[in-house]
Amino acid sequence: MDLFIQLFTSFIATSAFGVIFNAPKNTLIKCGLIGMGGWMIYYILNSYSENAVLATLAATIFIAVLSQQLAKFYKTPVIIFSVAGIIPLVPGGLAYDSMRNFVENDYNSALGLAAKVFMLAGTIAFGLVFSEVINQVIRKIGKSEVRN
Amino acid sequence: MEEQVVKTKEIMEVCLLAGKIMLQSGGETYRVEDTMTRMAAAFGIENTNCFVTPTGIIFSAEGNGPTRTKLIRISERSTDLQKVAMVNSISRGISSGDINLKQAIDQLNEINSMNLTFPILVQAAAASLASGCFMIMYNGGWNDFIPALISGGAGYLSFVYFNRVVSVKFFSEFLAAFVIGLLSFLSVHMGMGQQLDKIIIGSVMPLVPGLLVTNAIRDLMAGHLVAGLSKGAEAFLTAFAIGAGIAFVVSFL
Repeated sequence: MDLFIQLFTSFIATSAFGVIFNAPKNTLIKCGLIGMGGWMIYYILNSYSENAVLATLAATIFIAVLSQQLAKFYKTPVIIFSVAGIIPLVPGGLAYDSMRNFVENDYNSALGLAAKVFMLAGTIAFGLVFSEVINQVIRKIGKSEVRN
Repeated sequence: MEEQVVKTKEIMEVCLLAGKIMLQSGGETYRVEDTMTRMAAAFGIENTNCFVTPTGIIFSAEGNGPTRTKLIRISERSTDLQKVAMVNSISRGISSGDINLKQAIDQLNEINSMNLTFPILVQAAAASLASGCFMIMYNGGWNDFIPALISGGAGYLSFVYFNRVVSVKFFSEFLAAFVIGLLSFLSVHMGMGQQLDKIIIGSVMPLVPGLLVTNAIRDLMAGHLVAGLSKGAEAFLTAFAIGAGIAFVVSFL
């Protein structure tokens, strides 16, 4: 039941972000589904391994690979599908926590949280770049085989 | 010769307009550079250089005449993925030869003047739904759902409104966060909600610069050092504004 609620809310939240970012109307449902899949991977991995970085990396790679395939299929920029899907993974809550600690003069916990935010944001970026590079390598290998 | 110079000028205008629309609508740095280079190449200018930062584009083209360079300043940025997709499809059309220079100018001008965003109230409704759902996703309870809906939607509306009036993004984010903090505090105070932290975190999600942080690190990794650092600075300022707005409420009430 808990998992079902998570599925439902992540779908709604991601599609709503698609509306805020003004994604083309026919992609809103797909954005929601991508975000839902990514959040599921994150949620399950995070609750079993207690390792947010690993869970974020796996979810990001899933979202990035899926977005690239969809982008190739519909001939649109990758960003349309990946942006909304990434949003639930982004450590916005942590960034807020850290900033709040800073302005409340609790620098020790603020710095710790800020480091965690930086790690998670770096992980998301790494996952995006990593899957892009893999995609390019596969395309290049495919091309050279055709030429041979 | 004269004709060639005029044509080079027009090609540059088209490329810069496409780059400007993409950058203003939240396109990635590498995509803007890539699109401009490809468009210029499709129109016959092979040697181009462009330097894209979030606040401006420098583009130089080596045609048959003397090298031309032009700078465009970008002062406003928002996220409008529909426009990015439209410019992208025009660039595809140019590469495949379906769209000529004249058509490209007309279509890009049309896109530039269009307003494609959803109505403000629809956006606010989406923001408030997202706030409520994020609150649940961060392990909040269902009895905090309605307060998160209200403060999230009101926070986004006030951000849009203050942004029009104040025109300093930092200050409108600060005020929006202040509104969110105040409404969440009031709802807990009146007994509608239970966990103040969860309500606030859910409601600030539509304002939080998560995308900017990720894009900043991604640009840094891809070698766009100036773009990455300036996006990081923008993200830091936004996060600071939100944190300060919330702290204002928490420490004074």
